[in-house]
Amino acid sequence: MAAVAHEAHGHHDDHGHHEEHFVSKYIFSQDHKMIGKQFLVTAVFMGVVAMLLSLLFRIQLAWPGESSDFLSFFLGDTWAPGGVMKEDMYLGLVTIHGTIMVFFLLTGGLSGTFSNILIPLQLGARDMASGFLNMLSYWFFALSSLIMFVSLFVETGPAMAGWTIYPPLSALPQAISGSGLGMTLWLFSMAIFIAGSLIGSLNYIVTVINLRTTGMTMTRMPLTVWAFFVTAILGVLSFPVLLSAAVLLIMDRLAGTSFYLSDIIVGGEMLTQHGGSPLLFQHLFWFLGHPEVYIVLLPSLGLSSEIIATNARKPIFGYRAMIGSILAIGFLSFIVWAHHMFVTGMNPFLGSVFVFTTLLIAIPSAVKVFNYITTLWRGSIVYTPAMLFAIGLVSTFITGGVTGIILADAALDIAVHDTYFVVAHFHVVMGLSAVFGMFGGVYHWFPKMYGRMMNTRLGYIHFWISIVGAYGVFFPMHFVGIAGAPRRYYDYSVYADFDISSYNMQMDLNVVITIFAFIAACGQLIFLYNFFYSIWRGPVAVQNPWRSTTLEWTAPVEHLHGNWPGDLPTVYRWPYDLSKPGAEEDFIPQTVPLAEGEEEH
Amino acid sequence: MVTKLVILLVVVLGILAIAQMMRVYELSSKLTNKQEHEISNRDNNMNAKLMLLFMIVLFGSFIWMILKYGWTGRGEAAAPHGRELDWLMNLNLIIITITFFLTNTLLFFFSYKYVKKEGVPALYYPHNNKLEMLWTVVPACVLAVIIILGLKKWNEATDLAKPEAIVVELFSKQFDWTARYSGVNNKLGYFDYKLTTDNNELAIMTTNTIDSAIYQMESGTTGMEALEAKLNDPNIVMVPEDREKMEADLARKERMIRLLYQMREKHDSELDALAWDDIIQKDTLYLCKNKEYEFNFRSKDVIHSAYFPHFRAQMNTVPGLTTRFKFTPDISTAEMKKIKDDENFNYVLLCNKICGGAHYKMRMMVVVLEEADYNDWMRSKLNKTFKDTYFPQAAPVEQVVEEADVEEVEAGEDNPENEGE
Repeated sequence: MAAVAHEAHGHHDDHGHHEEHFVSKYIFSQDHKMIGKQFLVTAVFMGVVAMLLSLLFRIQLAWPGESSDFLSFFLGDTWAPGGVMKEDMYLGLVTIHGTIMVFFLLTGGLSGTFSNILIPLQLGARDMASGFLNMLSYWFFALSSLIMFVSLFVETGPAMAGWTIYPPLSALPQAISGSGLGMTLWLFSMAIFIAGSLIGSLNYIVTVINLRTTGMTMTRMPLTVWAFFVTAILGVLSFPVLLSAAVLLIMDRLAGTSFYLSDIIVGGEMLTQHGGSPLLFQHLFWFLGHPEVYIVLLPSLGLSSEIIATNARKPIFGYRAMIGSILAIGFLSFIVWAHHMFVTGMNPFLGSVFVFTTLLIAIPSAVKVFNYITTLWRGSIVYTPAMLFAIGLVSTFITGGVTGIILADAALDIAVHDTYFVVAHFHVVMGLSAVFGMFGGVYHWFPKMYGRMMNTRLGYIHFWISIVGAYGVFFPMHFVGIAGAPRRYYDYSVYADFDISSYNMQMDLNVVITIFAFIAACGQLIFLYNFFYSIWRGPVAVQNPWRSTTLEWTAPVEHLHGNWPGDLPTVYRWPYDLSKPGAEEDFIPQTVPLAEGEEEH
Repeated sequence: MVTKLVILLVVVLGILAIAQMMRVYELSSKLTNKQEHEISNRDNNMNAKLMLLFMIVLFGSFIWMILKYGWTGRGEAAAPHGRELDWLMNLNLIIITITFFLTNTLLFFFSYKYVKKEGVPALYYPHNNKLEMLWTVVPACVLAVIIILGLKKWNEATDLAKPEAIVVELFSKQFDWTARYSGVNNKLGYFDYKLTTDNNELAIMTTNTIDSAIYQMESGTTGMEALEAKLNDPNIVMVPEDREKMEADLARKERMIRLLYQMREKHDSELDALAWDDIIQKDTLYLCKNKEYEFNFRSKDVIHSAYFPHFRAQMNTVPGLTTRFKFTPDISTAEMKKIKDDENFNYVLLCNKICGGAHYKMRMMVVVLEEADYNDWMRSKLNKTFKDTYFPQAAPVEQVVEEADVEEVEAGEDNPENEGE
C-alpha cells in the first residue's frame, strides 16, 4: 500500500501543474473530479429525458383518447396520430422511463457522480486507484446512454416489455413491435452499461481498501464512503447476474436457444423451443433487481447522513449502528429477490422463505430512520437547500418504506401485486428518496465540484415544489393501487364496463396525479436553470462553506490534479466531531490532532 | 399552433422572470455583503415553519383522501379467504399508518423545533445503546407478528384445493381468456401445445386431435407438402429472404412432425374420455356460489396474469408451465350488485402482467350464480362438450377412466410446485 501511495504521489509531482490539453482535460479526462462531473451532466440529461417521457404517458392516463398538441409535438404522427398516443408507444415510454431512471439516473448518475468525487476526496487520496479504468467506466456509461436514447427513435419503437423485460414478451418480436430492434438496442445498451458499472465499482472498492490516507481507518470513514463502498460491492456481485440474464435472452432471440422459452405459439407460428422457463429469467433479473434497489438507495442514505450531521451541527447518531445497518441491508438485499415473484408460479413455500428475509430488512431500515431523527433532536439546524432535501429523503424513506411491509407479505401481495400500489411504493421509497439524496448531494458538494455556489433561494423553491409535487403524485397513487388498479394499463376504460364507481375514482385521481407531475416537472426547470447558471456565473465558493469536518473541505477550491498541494492530509479523528463540548468552534476537521486529554469518539 | 406559441411564450417569459429575480437578488446580496453559503435566520425560520406546515398539509390531505375514497376503496371481498386477507391487510395498514404518522411527526416537528437559534448550541450526542436497542427490538417484535400472521394466511391461500373442488382451466393468449370446465368427470383432458389447430385452440390431447394435428402439419394449407411443392416449383420465383423463411418453416415442421408421431405412438386412448367431456367457454366465466374452484392456468404465448380483484386472487399464467390458484366465491353477482348498489356491477377477470399493446383490454366477465341457476346453465352446456362441438364424428368412449395413477402422472408432469407433496 505504501508503494501505491508513493507512486501516486510521484505521479502528482510529474503532472500536477502543467497545462492540460482540452481533450485530455474535459473529454478523455482521467481525473476523478472531472469524471464525476461528466457522470453528473450525462445523468442530468438522461433524467430530463426520462422525466419528459413520464409527462407524456401521464397525459395519456389523465385524459385518455383526447388529442393533445403536447403529444403530437413530441411523438409525431407515427406514434401519436392526431395527438393520441398509440398503445404500443405507451408501453415503450413506460419501459424506457423506468430503465433510464433506475439505471442511468440513479445508478450511473448517483453512484458514478458521488463515488467518483467523494471517495478520493474524503479518504485523502490523490485520485482513484486506476484513472484509466475510471475513464473507461464513464465512456461505457456514455455510450450505453447514447444507445438507450437512440432506441427511442427506431422505426419499430423502443423496448416495450416493461423495465423488467420479462421474456417471452421481450424475446418475441411477433408479440409486440418493441421487441424487435428496440429490444436489441436495450440489451446491448445494458450490457455496455453493466461493463462500465463493473469497472467503476471495482475501482471504488480498490480505492477504499488501498488508498486511505494516514490515520483514515475504516471506522473513521464518513458514512458516505461506507455507503459507496457497500454499494460497489453489491454492484460487483449482482450486475454480472443481470449480464448473464441479458446474454441468455440475446441467445434466445438470435440463436434459437430455449433458456426462457417453452411451448409457445405466437402470431400463428409454432415455436420449437421447449423446456425453457420464463421463471429462470425472473430469478436472474431480480437477483440483480433487488440489490439494485439498494445500489440506488444506499448512496443517497450515505449522502444524507453527511448532510444531516453537518447541518444539524451534531454528530450522526449511532455511527457504528449506521455502518451496521448499511452492511445488514447490503447482505439482506441478496436474499430477498423472490418477493417480486410471489404470484408468478414459483413454489409458494419458497415464497414464504422470502417473506421472512424481506421483512427482516425493515429492522436496519428502521434503525437508520430513528438515527436520523435522533440526529435532528436538539440540533441547531441550518436550512441549506441540501438539508431540506436530506430531510425530504428521510420522510419519503419512511412513507415508502412502510408500504413495503404490505408488499413483502406474500398473502397481502396476492391482491396488490402489479397494481399502482407497487408503483407508488417503489417510486416513493426508491425513486424519491434516491433523487432527493442526489439533489441534496448536488447542492451540498456543488462548491466542491465547480468552485462556485448555487443560488440558495432557487434551491428552496426547487425543494418545496419538488416535495409537494412528489407527494402529490405518489400519495393518491396508493389509493388507486390499493383499490386494485393494475399498472401498465394504457387506459382504464375496461373498468367502466364492470364498476363505474371505481372507474370514476381512478379518473379523478389520475387527473390529480398528472397535474402534480407537471408541477413537479416545472420545479425541476428551476433546478436546471440554477445548476447550469451557477456553473459559470455563480458566486465563487469559499473553501469550507458548510463548516464541515471531512477531508474534501481541506482541499483548495481550485481543482488540482492530485487534490492537495504538498503532502496528503493526515487524519486524527472520526468525521463527526460537530459541536463537541470544550472545542472553540462547533466543528473540528478530521485533520486536527486530538487535544491533550481529549478522547476520540 | 396558437397553443404551442402561447406555451413557448410562457416558458420564455418564465425563464426571463427567474433570471431577473436572480439578478436583483445577487445585487442586493452584494450590497449587504452577504455570502451565498451563509443562511440568514430569516431563511432558517421560514423553512422550519414550512416544515411544520408541510406536515399538517400532508397529514390533512391523507385523512381527506381516506374520507373521500374510503380506507382501501376495494370493496368487500367476494370469497372467504379474501375477507381474511382483507382483515390482515387492515391490521397491517393500521400498523403502518401509525408508524407513518408517528415517525413523520417526529421528523417534521424536530425539523421545526430545533432550527438554529442564537446562543443555543447543538447537543453533542453521538450514541446511546439503550435507545438503539429499543428501536431494533420494537420493530423486530412487531414484524414477528406480521410475519407469523402473514405466513399462516399465505399457506392457507396457496394450499392444495380440496379433492372435491371443481377444476377449471383458464387459458390465456394475446388478448383474451378462454375457460375449460372439466366436465362430468371433473378432470381436465391432457394437452400439448403442438396439437393446436383451428378446431382445437386449447391443444387438447385425444387420439383424434393428434391425428388431426398430424394431418394439418403434413397436408394442411401451410403444411409440409404445400411448402415442399412451392419450394420445388420452378415456375415460382421468390425473393431469397422469403425462400429462406419458407425453408426454415419447413425444417421446423419436419422436427415437429416427428414429435407428433411419437406422441401418437405413446398416446393412451383411454385418456380421451378425460378430454371429450370438457366444456370450452368464452367471454364469460360462470361460477357457482359456495363451491370451491381450483383454477389451472395456461398461456399460449407470453406471460399473462389472471387477476380477480374482487376475489383477492391472482396468479401468473406462464407458457410451458401450469400454475394454480383456488378460491370459493360466496357472494353471487346479484347479491354484490345490491351490496354495491350498482345494477351494472360485475365481477371480472383481468390481465395483470404486461402482455402487449392491448394488454389493458384483456378481460373476461365473471358471473357467480346461485346453485340452482348454475346447474341450469351447466345442463345447457352438457351437449356442447369439446367432442360435440369439434369432433362429433369421433368414436364414443366409455366414461370409466377412474384410475388414479393416471391423474398423478399428470400432476407430476405439469405441476412442478407440487413436487414432493
